Amino acid sequence: MIPGVSMIHILILSGVLFTLGALGVLIRRNAIVMFMSIELMLNAANLAFVGFARSMGALSGQVFVFFVIAVAAAEVAIGLALIVAVYRNRGSIDVDMVSDLKG
Amino acid sequence: MTADTLFSLAPLVILFPLLGFVFNLVAGRRISERGAGIVASAAVGLAFVIAILQFVALGLDPAGATIHIAEWIAIGELEVDWALQIDTLSVTMLLMVTGVGGLIHIYAIGYMHDDVRFQGDPSRFPRFFVYFSLFMTAMLILVTGNSYLTMFVGWEGVGLSSYLLISFWYEKGENGIGNALAGKKAFIVNRVGDLGFIIAMLITFWFFGTLTFEEVFSEAEAMGAAAVTAATAITLFLFVGAAGKSAQIPLFVWLPDAMAGPTPVSALIHAATMVTAGIYMLVRNAPLLELATVTPNVIAIVGAATALLAASIAVARFDIKRVLAYSTISQLGFMIAAVGIGAYVAAIFHLVAHAFFKALLFLSAGSVIQGVEHGHHHADSAEEDFNPNDMRVMGGLRTRMKVTFWVYLIGALALAGIPPLAGFFSKDEILADASHVNPAVYWVLVLAAFLTAFYMGRQVLMVFFGKPRSKAAEATKESPATMVAPLVALAVLAVGGGLINAPGLLPLTRFLQETLAGIEEPEFIAAIAILTTLLALASIGLAWLLYGRRPIKSRAPDPLQSRLGPVWIAIRHRWWVDEFYDWLIVRRYVSMARWLAEVADERFLHDWVHDRVIALGYVRATHWLASVLDLRFIDRGFDGLGALTRRGASGLGVLQTGYVRNYAAAVFIGLVLVVSYLLLS
Repeated sequence: MIPGVSMIHILILSGVLFTLGALGVLIRRNAIVMFMSIELMLNAANLAFVGFARSMGALSGQVFVFFVIAVAAAEVAIGLALIVAVYRNRGSIDVDMVSDLKG
Repeated sequence: MTADTLFSLAPLVILFPLLGFVFNLVAGRRISERGAGIVASAAVGLAFVIAILQFVALGLDPAGATIHIAEWIAIGELEVDWALQIDTLSVTMLLMVTGVGGLIHIYAIGYMHDDVRFQGDPSRFPRFFVYFSLFMTAMLILVTGNSYLTMFVGWEGVGLSSYLLISFWYEKGENGIGNALAGKKAFIVNRVGDLGFIIAMLITFWFFGTLTFEEVFSEAEAMGAAAVTAATAITLFLFVGAAGKSAQIPLFVWLPDAMAGPTPVSALIHAATMVTAGIYMLVRNAPLLELATVTPNVIAIVGAATALLAASIAVARFDIKRVLAYSTISQLGFMIAAVGIGAYVAAIFHLVAHAFFKALLFLSAGSVIQGVEHGHHHADSAEEDFNPNDMRVMGGLRTRMKVTFWVYLIGALALAGIPPLAGFFSKDEILADASHVNPAVYWVLVLAAFLTAFYMGRQVLMVFFGKPRSKAAEATKESPATMVAPLVALAVLAVGGGLINAPGLLPLTRFLQETLAGIEEPEFIAAIAILTTLLALASIGLAWLLYGRRPIKSRAPDPLQSRLGPVWIAIRHRWWVDEFYDWLIVRRYVSMARWLAEVADERFLHDWVHDRVIALGYVRATHWLASVLDLRFIDRGFDGLGALTRRGASGLGVLQTGYVRNYAAAVFIGLVLVVSYLLLS
């Protein structure tokens, strides 16, 4: 336990990371970067889980983090496969090029 | 064997003709002519045997029996069982119907063999016996029924088979439709009578609550004076039915036309059996007639009037069968009059005796007609519209048809009432009873009897005496044995038939007393017997003076024509009864039917109601629905809905940019909103 690091610091860091991730998803057009941003948001949430688990003294928060990491791994596998498929079809991974569902 | 065992055989009397009917209906065409005829005759013969067994049983147990066959109708209070009433009255009829009917069946085998060939359609032979068996079945149902309703079934059945047989050669006759019209006339006139029967049944059920003869009679007897009005009404309507079936005024016009049927039909149905059903029915209802007030007088007067009217018409007929037809109506009038004066036994006696000699006369007439027809073909004469029934083309047949002549003479003398033949006794019994009860009726009947002897004398003289008046008559030969044998048998019956109720012994009266309780034994009045015999002889003598001494020439007018003047014209035109009915009923009916067809149906129903109101209204209503309601409201409503959907969709479509980031932003904003709502509330 690092002294001087309280719950509020952890939450602020988590919030900043989440915001960065969200902005990355909304602003960037490169699919890989968007993916990385999503990872950022997931890990911000993980950080909050761990922080709460520590302050509450309960292990369930930490258990959740493992689940989230596992899900994120699966997601990455599928997501990267999708990105590869898109790239093969279109020769680009710019998500704005994939706007066929425009109404 | 006990009486009950024999009584239990009674249903067979109906069953045998029914089986004959079914057999000939199914297989009649596949077996020979003779086969079909023999099956039908054997069915009647077996029925006759059963009838004799019933007679024997009545000898053991005179009270008779009711043989229950099945429950038939049970609706509320109305309960009618199908049961046979075997008593002395019905067995008398059974014996007569099956006995005479059997002889006529045998005769018909020979007669129809030639008839179908003259008429040019031999394949119709089995059909004749199908109808004949149907008639026998219905007639036996009529005779044995123990209730008004079962009797009515037979009553309608004989009417149907009569219709079928009158128009047997339905495509022949006047203008190729005459026979069919004759059948139709018989059927319709009989319906009028049947309506009377039905009304009588309704009153009976309404008043007595039952339709079984025995129950009605016992209740009527128990009620006594209280039932007089009902009995009068019932018997009056029953008499309407009897007048239809037994050809009485005013419903007699169908019987002469019914001669369009083949001659065995005339003999069996329109002389011996069916037309006597009315008399049988009235005698069956004797207990009610005894109670009724007005009816007996009405019946007696109508019967006597019919006897005289028909006898007068018969005098001026030239068609051999029409003479016999009017004679039948006249004799039925005698029987009806006998019922009216309460001489029930005399009525039944005359009914049976009349069946013998009138069947004989008709069958002999058939033999004569067919003989002349043969002669016509043999002589190969080219006479146009040759009518083998016309007595003016006959003459001199005495030597050419010896047997037929003798049996015809016996029948004619029996009908004329010459002792000791059957007709003498039976007619005399009626006259003797009438002289006590109703002198007016008596004198009318005596006059009718006088005319009877005259027209029979005229007929015999015209047909058998003198010289042949045509080549056909010259070439006439005797008929085959199947036809002659029944004639001889019937001639024997016509001679000896009087014995069944011979004065002094009165076996028929004794026999019927078992059923018709309280009837008196008729007395034999010698004065009346001598009077009627002398009258008959005088009448025949008169006929000889007119027709025998100097036989009429082929195309000469009838000697009576100049002597009777206007009376001849009247009787020649049958007192214009047919014309009167034609004017009174047929023409009104036709014009009413035409009015209904042309105005009520064509103009009102068709042109106005149908075309104008319904069709046009429908067209207008649908037009309004289509152009106003549908196009303006419903279609526009749905068009608007469609347009709205389309516009809303294109508006919402703008939101769908296809850019992931936009969707992500929407999810994000939505999430923020939901979370902030949850946190703040």
